[in-house]
Amino acid sequence: MFLGRLEEMAGRPFQDIAASAPLDWTDVIGWLGDCCSTALLDAVRGEKVRVAINGALVADKEGLILSDGDELAFLPPVSGG
Amino acid sequence: MSDVRLLTAPFDPAAELSAFTAAHPQAGGIVSFLGQVREGGGCEALELRHYEPLTLPAMRDLAARVRDRWTLGGLLVIHRSGVMLPAEPIVLVAAAARHRRDAFAAADFAMDHLKSESWFWKREKQGGEWRWIEPREQDFEDIARWA
Repeated sequence: MFLGRLEEMAGRPFQDIAASAPLDWTDVIGWLGDCCSTALLDAVRGEKVRVAINGALVADKEGLILSDGDELAFLPPVSGG
Repeated sequence: MSDVRLLTAPFDPAAELSAFTAAHPQAGGIVSFLGQVREGGGCEALELRHYEPLTLPAMRDLAARVRDRWTLGGLLVIHRSGVMLPAEPIVLVAAAARHRRDAFAAADFAMDHLKSESWFWKREKQGGEWRWIEPREQDFEDIARWA
């Protein structure tokens, strides 16, 4: 899932990752590099973009491990209210 | 009990506030804040996007933190998502308490945290073009008051 401005950068709100689990951060970055723009890749790697798996925030995104069927969300800084 | 809602359609803040007031006759004071889409400045529409698994649960957590910090009879938090036009309501917070200080502080705290910590992403339409809005420095300063 790409939230906020990341959706525009990705050109889509979500995308299936067609790869066999488990996936780590290096795999995710590699997949993003293949599917999307370098601007999106740079944004996602930046410290301002947080990550959630199945709706739970991940404290250290570079240490994440994805299993089959997990929903990974990229969350740019919020600007609500 | 707190009433926390994430709405994707317009709501009537006056009707919500009167229902909330009627439900809390024992409260000596009710403080409310209404945020609406600002008219002027070329703004044609505002859109708030949310992320279902995070946004409402985090709003409920915030309401629980407010209830822990102040003694309230009731707390109402309504936040819109979706496309809104100028003068349409975005957010309504109301706190009912025996005494006004708790109600003022609780509503103020809830608003500062909704603005800077809630899972919403905002964009504005100007001259037919949508533009994402970055978080404001002021919002971080506002929230730092409560540390």
